[in-house]
Amino acid sequence: MIAWLTEPFALEFMQRALVASLIVGVLCSVIGTFVVLRAMAFLGDALAHAILPGVAVAYLVGADLLLGALVAAVLVAVGIGAFSRRGGLREDTAIGILFAAALALGVLLMSTVRSYATDLTHILFGNVLGVSADDLWLTGILAVVVLTVLVLFFKEFQLASFDPVLAHVLNKRPETLRFAMLILLALTIVVGLQTVGVGLVAALLVTPAATAYLLTRRLASMMVVSAAVGVVSSVAGLYASYYLDVASGAAVVLVATAAFLVACVVAPRRGLLARRLRRRAA
Amino acid sequence: MSTLAPATAHLSLQDVTAGYDGRAALRAVTMSVPHGAQVAIVGPNGAGKSTLFKTLVGLLPVWSGRILLHGRPPGSQTDPIAYVPQREEIHWDFPVTVHDVVMMGRYGRLGWLRRPGAADREVVARCLHELGIAELEKRAIGELSGGQQQRVFLARALAQEPHVLLLDEPFTGVDVGAREALLALIGRLREQGITVLVSTHDMETAARRFELVALLNGRLVAYGEPSAVFTPDHLTEAFGGQALFLGGMVVIDQCCPGHVGDGEEHRHSHEPHARPR
Repeated sequence: MIAWLTEPFALEFMQRALVASLIVGVLCSVIGTFVVLRAMAFLGDALAHAILPGVAVAYLVGADLLLGALVAAVLVAVGIGAFSRRGGLREDTAIGILFAAALALGVLLMSTVRSYATDLTHILFGNVLGVSADDLWLTGILAVVVLTVLVLFFKEFQLASFDPVLAHVLNKRPETLRFAMLILLALTIVVGLQTVGVGLVAALLVTPAATAYLLTRRLASMMVVSAAVGVVSSVAGLYASYYLDVASGAAVVLVATAAFLVACVVAPRRGLLARRLRRRAA
Repeated sequence: MSTLAPATAHLSLQDVTAGYDGRAALRAVTMSVPHGAQVAIVGPNGAGKSTLFKTLVGLLPVWSGRILLHGRPPGSQTDPIAYVPQREEIHWDFPVTVHDVVMMGRYGRLGWLRRPGAADREVVARCLHELGIAELEKRAIGELSGGQQQRVFLARALAQEPHVLLLDEPFTGVDVGAREALLALIGRLREQGITVLVSTHDMETAARRFELVALLNGRLVAYGEPSAVFTPDHLTEAFGGQALFLGGMVVIDQCCPGHVGDGEEHRHSHEPHARPR
């Protein structure tokens, strides 16, 4: 059993994959709590896709793909914030417009590329097994930055998410905090790209946090449970890809989905069983 | 709570005009509230009651005129005005406990990077006790009944240690017992020298239980003791055709959007899909 567990990580690229998976599992799941609570799931999805043109441009000019993704994500986050605030549009409308425009731009740019390189495919679909040491450093640094900001300003983010009116009354600048959250989300998505890819990073932002939401009654414990679900899913996905030879990103998301389904049924207060029992008792 | 302001302290509005979306909901209101007074704000729907409160706490800008607390603009002191909004404006399914919510009242006094300390926990414990919800402190906010939830938000407002407390429609959707408990609390706040402004549709409570009444209809129609405010002339001016005089009795036809009906305990579901925003 021990051998079965350790065998995959004898190889160096698998060790890097493990570290990358752990970082992404924790980061996406923790910031995902705010995505779920502030109903920003659509936003996460939009940001992930809006990164495409950044990647395409970086590829065309021969720059670092992750850097291109990072710039694009931050620009889109700022754009959504500015449109919905000054343009007087509802946030989901602003997101919808930018999402579509960025996606179209990405497709347009990529259609000029004759042959898709493996690098580009990796950004789109993720390949945790191809993570280089440099990528790992960038991932690690971004993760530390995002988590540190979240921890330092935990009480402000909690207040602004739960009750923006009180945040405003207490001079805690809910608008600035919302903006900061968009930027943190953009950074997180970029970090998640390599391991699970554009298509699945949104799932990793939502599913572990939604699972934790069902199981907890405080924001801090929701973050811890969410991170645990994210880590277990990421590692399980890695084993699945090693032993079953399936795509690791997809395996990660499916393990998280399984955890969510279990929580849906057995969660102590919000689960189906608990609600049925309560109804019977009532 | 502990902060007793000097006896000269008071809240004054001088010719205040404010509103939202380019529409003035409050026009040239001038009034002075003595320190520790208990004022009921009454008036028809759209009279500017909520606008008045939102302007006082700085959620809406003052278009012209000025607001002074203790002779200075509010905001230059540490959260001297606490505001309990109508219950629709809160995310009931958020994963926070009663203790967490009340602690948020302390955040205004805490810097951006400071964590709550022992003194803050002491204030929170005292406020929970004051509202009789100490035993609920570990419960999630979504698990509580409507009356309990209201007490949590009152406790949070008290945790701000305000000089002025603004309660927006606190009697709407609560039962008689909860209303009496709230009135008793307001009575205790008077002993602590906390000024309380309460907006309400409940004219009966306003007339019988408050020392001062402000009758609002965009502008301030009348302000003073209930007997001087609730005159047929003033009521007709404020409510127009909605006021009906039958012998010695006044009937006002003003039922209220989003009003579930007095006396009906109105519980909020805490199922995950029902997230009011």
